[in-house]
Amino acid sequence: MQKHRDYLLQAVVIVLALAALYALASIVVAKMRVLGIEPGFGFLRQRAGFDIGDSRIAFDAGDSYGRAFLVGLINTVSVSLVAIAASVTLGGIVGLGQLGRNRLFAWLCEAHVEVFRNVPLLLQLLIVYVLLIGRLPLPHDAWHVFGNWGPNIWLSKSGLAMPWPVWGAHGLTLDRPVLGRFTFSGGAMLSPEFMAVAAALTLYTSAYIAETVRGAVQSVSQRQTEAALALGLNERQALRFIVVPQALRSMIPPLANQLLNLVKNSSLAVAVGYPDLVAVADTTLNQSGHAVECISIIMAMYLLLSLLTAALMGAWHARLLRRQAGARA
Amino acid sequence: MSTTRKAWLTPGNVVLALLLIWAGWHAFDWAVLNAVFRPDVAACRALDGGGACWGVVAAKYRLILFGTYPVDQQWRPLLVTVILLALIICSAMRRCQGHRLLLAWGAGLLAVALLLKGGLFGLSNVDTPRWGGLPLTLLLTVVGLAAAFPLAVLLALGRADTERRWPAVRVLCSVLIEVVRGVPLVAVLFMAAFMFPLLLPEGWEFPALLRVLIGIVVFAGAYLAEVIRGGLLAIPAGQVEAAQALGLSYWQVQLRVVLPQALRGAMPSIMNSAVALFKDTSLVIIVGLFELTGALGLAVDGDPIWRPFALDGYIFIALIYWLGCFAMSRYSRQLERSA
Repeated sequence: MQKHRDYLLQAVVIVLALAALYALASIVVAKMRVLGIEPGFGFLRQRAGFDIGDSRIAFDAGDSYGRAFLVGLINTVSVSLVAIAASVTLGGIVGLGQLGRNRLFAWLCEAHVEVFRNVPLLLQLLIVYVLLIGRLPLPHDAWHVFGNWGPNIWLSKSGLAMPWPVWGAHGLTLDRPVLGRFTFSGGAMLSPEFMAVAAALTLYTSAYIAETVRGAVQSVSQRQTEAALALGLNERQALRFIVVPQALRSMIPPLANQLLNLVKNSSLAVAVGYPDLVAVADTTLNQSGHAVECISIIMAMYLLLSLLTAALMGAWHARLLRRQAGARA
Repeated sequence: MSTTRKAWLTPGNVVLALLLIWAGWHAFDWAVLNAVFRPDVAACRALDGGGACWGVVAAKYRLILFGTYPVDQQWRPLLVTVILLALIICSAMRRCQGHRLLLAWGAGLLAVALLLKGGLFGLSNVDTPRWGGLPLTLLLTVVGLAAAFPLAVLLALGRADTERRWPAVRVLCSVLIEVVRGVPLVAVLFMAAFMFPLLLPEGWEFPALLRVLIGIVVFAGAYLAEVIRGGLLAIPAGQVEAAQALGLSYWQVQLRVVLPQALRGAMPSIMNSAVALFKDTSLVIIVGLFELTGALGLAVDGDPIWRPFALDGYIFIALIYWLGCFAMSRYSRQLERSA
């Protein structure tokens, strides 16, 4: 009897959900037709008509909306990758530093976590951006990072100019930035917006990653370290061979969560005008009126990125567990 | 590692300490000794970056704290802020907890709505687009969390499906939760801002504040649901079986046996979600609501005289957010320890 009631209930829930979805979709489509917008993704082939200042691939106003979305996606991915590398490094150092023998350094690391975790990311982003825009010199007085010995890296209001390898007639060569009349040409240029987004994401996420690392290391029993020391390993070796491999196992799932958050948080780039996926979608939406399609694209892309990140981290976790199990056998 | 002796006096430490003292002294010099506290633009310009210009806060505090709320009526948002803060602080104290607190929240929120909106008892009507600043931040957090809670409990129960009775409902809840958690809040807010109007019949208006609030509720609900599900899964199956054996119905089991324990266990994580939501409310600026962060943007970006001192303003509100988040996370840690 109860079984039948359960089936009935489920059927009702599913029918209601589908009906609601259908009703919403038909209302939206009808409303769009009233507004003179043909629903569908055909508009992606239309001419975008706006320029994107910061693009890893060639793009100008004559290109299509579709290509603009591709630029946005590449921008989102590139800023996320830089921030992931930097925040994992910084978070690892801060996390281990909190537990280290050096009390002063540990205190500094704790302060880092408390400061950057408790201020909204958007605010951190705005502060970093204002600092960069306000304090960096004009291109003519650009700071020569690492001085004259280092590689040709220049930091100024127009961004971070650095050499970039190019594949040309002479094989692989290093294209160096050269100061022109107004700004740098050649090499690769990271815009101040890119730097601000990457820096803010790094600071914010590193605080969370540090806590993850700390928790994972603390979850490894103290006796493990004691045993390792008793066997004659020094502290560094005990950390490297005994504690970290075990901590890694419990660390990867929460770390994956933090990296997922980082990728999603990169959407705040729109606030400082970095042309990421959301910024491109915002412009497209306002120009073309295809709100539903643009938002669907954003959501689909982020879901895809989230799934990809989760899958990669999951594969790493599985591989680690397998290898450790193999080593033990 | 902490079993070994703590080191203090090493050469590296001395260098680090000297660096810290140097940096600390400079920060103090910048923030206090050299700072300008009067709303005096000329004095701020004369600093040339050598000190903080808190004058921007002194000159713009009304706009920063209360947004564009009519100036002669700003005692209302001030009172709202006091009421909300009092209720929040009271909720954290064991002495106040109980049924009376729930009543106080109900009465408090009614008073807040009446004070902000007006239109009754001789209070002039103030429309939602003019609400802003700190009271809006608190309101979005508190109301968002309160409204997300029942949604989250339903989603969590649906997904946990501890009795394995409704696979279809479980799938539906899982998909909803994972989709919302897989996209950024900005996307959800965009949806609230641009897609909701398409759903309304011709000529209908839906205030932006309400649309954004619905977006926040759905977003926070999905995250809270996972937190609550974590609490549900920690309840031993024997509890449910014992309750069923006593003849309790599904809802009686959930409401009287499972949920009270699950929620208590999940409390520290729920607090963390509250901290996250408090920080996330700053994003509503992206769809044109002026809570604390947005109100500051309004105050400094809209005024060419003070615009160069935006940084000092941002640091001021960062301090407000920091105090709120720090207090909440400390409280959460205390809960964890006492649990």
